[in-house]
Amino acid sequence: MIDQTLAQRTSGEERFATLLEAEEKIEPTDWMPDGYRKNLIRQIAQHAHSEIIGMQPEGNWITRAPTLRRKAILMAKVQDEAGHGLYLYSAAETLGISRDEMVDLLHRGRHKYSSIFNYPTLTWADMGAIGWLVDGAAITNQVMLTRCSYGPYARAMVRICKEESFHQRQGYEILLTLCRGTPEQKAMAQDAVDRWWWPSLMMFGPPDADSSHTEQSMAWKIKRVSNDELRQQFVDMTVPQAEYLGVTLPDPDLRWNEERGHYDFGEIDWEEFWNVVQGNGPMNRERLENKREAWEENAWVREAALAYEAKRSRKVAV
Amino acid sequence: MSYDVPHLPGEQFDTSSDVRHGYPMWEVFVRQRRGLSHVHSGSLHAPDAETALQAARDVYTRRQEGVSIWVVPSSEIHAFEPDEAIDYYEASEKVYRHATHYEIPDEVGQM
Repeated sequence: MIDQTLAQRTSGEERFATLLEAEEKIEPTDWMPDGYRKNLIRQIAQHAHSEIIGMQPEGNWITRAPTLRRKAILMAKVQDEAGHGLYLYSAAETLGISRDEMVDLLHRGRHKYSSIFNYPTLTWADMGAIGWLVDGAAITNQVMLTRCSYGPYARAMVRICKEESFHQRQGYEILLTLCRGTPEQKAMAQDAVDRWWWPSLMMFGPPDADSSHTEQSMAWKIKRVSNDELRQQFVDMTVPQAEYLGVTLPDPDLRWNEERGHYDFGEIDWEEFWNVVQGNGPMNRERLENKREAWEENAWVREAALAYEAKRSRKVAV
Repeated sequence: MSYDVPHLPGEQFDTSSDVRHGYPMWEVFVRQRRGLSHVHSGSLHAPDAETALQAARDVYTRRQEGVSIWVVPSSEIHAFEPDEAIDYYEASEKVYRHATHYEIPDEVGQM
């Protein structure tokens, strides 16, 4: 039916509006407003960069995982993050920016990635807290994005969400094991939760009132739920899980609000948030330097692979 | 998490750079299990077909999603131009191509 309606819409603009209205997906070859394209490139590229940079804080613990099972799990998880980055770069490429351009812009500091990865991973318990809280927050956002109006982004999200559930569960299991262990292990779990709780809440972005992109993104159906609503969803989901673990969340204002049917929580330190966004978090410099170094030091591998293929295709041609 | 990282006032976001392009792009098709067709899974970059296949295995079948993979250079995929495409899909005018177009009395039974 939508195809017949579309056939009657002569201008690209009308067709775009009709598709959005009908909750149909926009596909790469469809006409789209320039702003829609740019907004998506920006968001998907940042999302892809986040997955790739996100490999570093966890990669930090692979060689020091406490058991072989935990090591295999952590490697699989970090490999998933690489995969997620690749799905997302592919989705962004359908909008007319190349992989190499995105990588270059990240390396030159012209593209950002989620600030959460600018915090250090100090103990093994951080692997638990990241899986439970950081991936938990990521899932809350990404489930919403499976309903994004841009087809390739929405499809990448479906695939990612399926895999992300493993990430959160393995993190929770790590913390559960520590919480049932010695007092020292339990204290280590509590310390990790204390450090990761607030940055996890910041992951949802500034309050709706200060979020310059939200309104337009919602109109374009790129985003379906506001930052504050997602943050509330995450808090409501997480508090009972913390109770089960037997850890406290570092917020004296956190309490159930019978009237609202939600948990109230304290004021987020937005100054810290903006400071990390501006590049002054504890790990901003190191993360980007590592990434750049890995890219540059391995340039010879990429060049050799291309040279080998060129030589081989010449041979075939003869 | 919001991946829409906020930018500071006046800060520009680039959507292109003049960097030179590396590996060519490949489209990946995966057969989920025997008896089904290969279905498009996504794309990736690789220097040659053999490496593309290995990368496709790692990127698109980490959880037994497939029993067979095809990779095709993206430049070899041809499609109608979007503006022309609508003219090619005129089948909706030919309703007599659908079985439901024909009225068969109930007494005849399933047909």
